[in-house]
Amino acid sequence: MKELSLHILDIVQNSVKAKADKIDIIINENIKDNLLEITISDNGCGMSEDFLKTVKDPFSTTRTTRKVGMGISLFEAAAIQSGGHLDIKSKLGQGTTLYVCFMHNSIDRAPIGNMIDTMITIILSAPEIQYVYKHCKNEKEFVFDTDVIKQSLGDIPITTPEILEWIKGYMQEGLASL
Amino acid sequence: MKSLAELQQLRDQISQQVVLRKDREDGIRVVVGMATCGIAAGARPVMSAFLNEVSKRKLSDVTVTQTGCIGMCRLEPIVEIYMPGEEKVTYVKMNEEKVARIVAEHIINKKPVAEYTVGAVQE
Repeated sequence: MKELSLHILDIVQNSVKAKADKIDIIINENIKDNLLEITISDNGCGMSEDFLKTVKDPFSTTRTTRKVGMGISLFEAAAIQSGGHLDIKSKLGQGTTLYVCFMHNSIDRAPIGNMIDTMITIILSAPEIQYVYKHCKNEKEFVFDTDVIKQSLGDIPITTPEILEWIKGYMQEGLASL
Repeated sequence: MKSLAELQQLRDQISQQVVLRKDREDGIRVVVGMATCGIAAGARPVMSAFLNEVSKRKLSDVTVTQTGCIGMCRLEPIVEIYMPGEEKVTYVKMNEEKVARIVAEHIINKKPVAEYTVGAVQE
């Protein structure tokens, strides 16, 4: 994957499949300590200890159509090649938290990429879920919470094209202010 | 600066429109494969391009949605188009340029772009 935002898009699909109704995405750019951290946590069905042990293995998957699942392994490879690592914590019935870190200035670290398109894509894939995206950089932060948006929308769906356009502009301004 | 007050204004504008968009049974569905294989091959910009075309041309009866892996990962990004009363058409190795043509020729003028379909590639 060319962008970290594409990995995030991919990993969030796991949370959607785990029947989460709230998914938190936190990107923390700590430039002082040369650290980039991404945390994705959900309140979905979680994983058993046995499955958790094998989950980073590309030959481990919940898919029934075939025997490979690459999402987490690819994300871990992206972290390791730029001096970081990936950790997953999960409790059955409570949810899963995936944490990845990178050396911020590593030449092998992929760019964060287009988080706006990633958010629009996951909103469209499961609009009923509450997504909270927090991006911290240089001691400033931008928080985007779909529940706040939905409260302002009343019975207009968040997937209405005009609303998605507005969300894009809103996130553009918010991220540019960091 | 965009504010939530502005969003509420936009909401009021939309709710005043006579025809509300709905996921209608008789609408056209564009389904983009968005599993690991699709994403790695470039499915996200393809989906964005469909969304842009739909909103630019105000195609109120078109819904853009996603699915998982269809099982032909080497042909990703894959897009399926469901038109009411027609057989499903599967487009493979998609990109943004192909999207513009498919929207104009297939979705608007109802003539599938044969050379982009899975059938054309597998021959």
